Amino acid sequence: MAPKDPGKRPSRSVMVLLVLACLTVLTLDARGGTGSPLEPLRTAVGNIVGPVESGTAVAVRPFRKLAGYFGSNDRLHHQVATLSAENSRLRNQVETEPLDRNRLAELDGLTRVSRHTGYSLVAARVVAVGPSQSFSRTVTIDAGTSSGIRPDLTVLNNDGLVGRVVRATSTTATVLLIVDQDSVVGGRLGSNMELGFLHGRGASGQADQLDLDLMDSSVTPSRGDVVVTWGSEHGSPYVAGIPIGKVVSVWSTPREMAKHAVIAPFVDFTSLDVVGVVVPNGTRGDRELITAGGQ
Amino acid sequence: MALVRGLAALGILLLAVVLQVAVFGYVAVDGVVPDLALLVVVAAALSRGPQFAAVLGFAGGLLLDVAPPADHVAGRWALAFVVVGYLAGRVRQDARSSTLAAVATVAACAFVGTSVYALTGLVLDDGALPAGEMLRVVGISVLWDVLVTPLVLPVLLLAFRRLRPPQLVY
Repeated sequence: MAPKDPGKRPSRSVMVLLVLACLTVLTLDARGGTGSPLEPLRTAVGNIVGPVESGTAVAVRPFRKLAGYFGSNDRLHHQVATLSAENSRLRNQVETEPLDRNRLAELDGLTRVSRHTGYSLVAARVVAVGPSQSFSRTVTIDAGTSSGIRPDLTVLNNDGLVGRVVRATSTTATVLLIVDQDSVVGGRLGSNMELGFLHGRGASGQADQLDLDLMDSSVTPSRGDVVVTWGSEHGSPYVAGIPIGKVVSVWSTPREMAKHAVIAPFVDFTSLDVVGVVVPNGTRGDRELITAGGQ
Repeated sequence: MALVRGLAALGILLLAVVLQVAVFGYVAVDGVVPDLALLVVVAAALSRGPQFAAVLGFAGGLLLDVAPPADHVAGRWALAFVVVGYLAGRVRQDARSSTLAAVATVAACAFVGTSVYALTGLVLDDGALPAGEMLRVVGISVLWDVLVTPLVLPVLLLAFRRLRPPQLVY
C-alpha cells in the first residue's frame, strides 16, 4: 500500500489538541499582569530573541537611509510646504507673542523640577517595533536589567515623553508607547496646572494623537496649551514635568459637562531611535548614566 | 533527523519574526509590516499539508506572542496561525495549481489570520480598536502579504521541500 498522503487530512486529535493548547495559553495569560504563568517564557524568549533583534537592528542601521529615498516627490513638496508654514508661524510667534516666552519659561521651570528630583538617564536605541497588525504600540530597546532598567520606568527622548517600560530582560526591554490604547498617563496643563488623564488612541492611520480628560469639568483647555506629565509616587511609572504634547483641538458632547481635548504628542512615534530611560540616581549598570549637569 | 528538521523550521520562523520587527519597521505602511511568519506557515501548509502547518503555526504564533515587542495576551497569534495552517493545508492541491491560486491563498490566509487575531482581541478586550480601523489594518496587511509573496513564497517552498522527510516524496 502506498503511504497515505499525510497532507490530505489532518488527524482530528492533533487539531483539537492545538486549538486546546491555544485556548489554554490564552486563559493562562488573560489574567495578565506580572503574575502570569507565561511571564518566565516571555523572559526566556526575550533573552534569546532580544540580542538577535539588537544585532539585526545594528546590521541594518546603515541601510536605514535607503527607506528615505523611497519618499516621493509629492511627499517632499508637502514637507517643504508644511515646514515653511511652520517656519513663518514660529517667526510670527517669536516676534509677537511674549506670552509664549512666559509659557516657555514655565515649561523650562517644570523641566528643571524634574532635573532636581534626582533622576538620571540611561541612553538606549530602539531595535524593534511591534507591527500594527498586533493592534498595540510597543517597541524594544537595546538596554535591559544589566543596565539597571526594570519595569515601570519612564522612557523619553529629546522631544518629550515616549512611554514606560513594561518588561525587561537582561539585554532588552519592552516599552509601551503612550499612544497605545492601554496607556494612561497623568497629565498637567502647562498654562493653568489643571490635571487630567491622557489616553492613547492606538490607531496608527492618521497622525498619532492622545485624548485628554480633565478632572475639573469646568476648565476649557485652549489650543496650543502644553501638557506635561503629572508624575507618580517615586517617579514610577512616570516622573513629573516631562513634556507630552500640546492641545490641537477641544470638543465636548451635549451629554456631558467635561471638555475633551485632543493632544498631538511632541514625539514622532514612527521614527523613534535614541531614547532615554529615567533611572534613579546611583543606578549601577553596564552603561554610563547621563545626569543633569553632566557629572 | 526529525529533530534537525524541526529546529530548521523553527530557525526559519525565528528569522521571519526578527525580520518582521527589526527590519521591516523601516518600510512599514502606517506601522503595518508584511506578515512573514504567516507566509512561513502558508508555505509549510502548501508543501507539507495542514497537520505540519498547524503545529508550525502554533509554534510561530506563540513565538510572535512572547518575543520582545509584543505585549498582548499570549496565544492570540498562535490560535490565528493554527487556523491559517489548517485552512491553507486543506486547499493545497488547488493552491499549488497556479501562481495566481497561491497568491489568492496567501491573501485569504492573511485576511483570516489577522481577523482571527483581531476577533480574539475583541473577545478578550485586549487591544481592540474600532472595527473600521481594524479592517483598514487588515486590508493593508493583506496587500503587503500579496506584494511580498512572489519574492518570499518560492524561497520558502524550496526550503520546506528540502526539509521534507525523504520517505514522503511522491
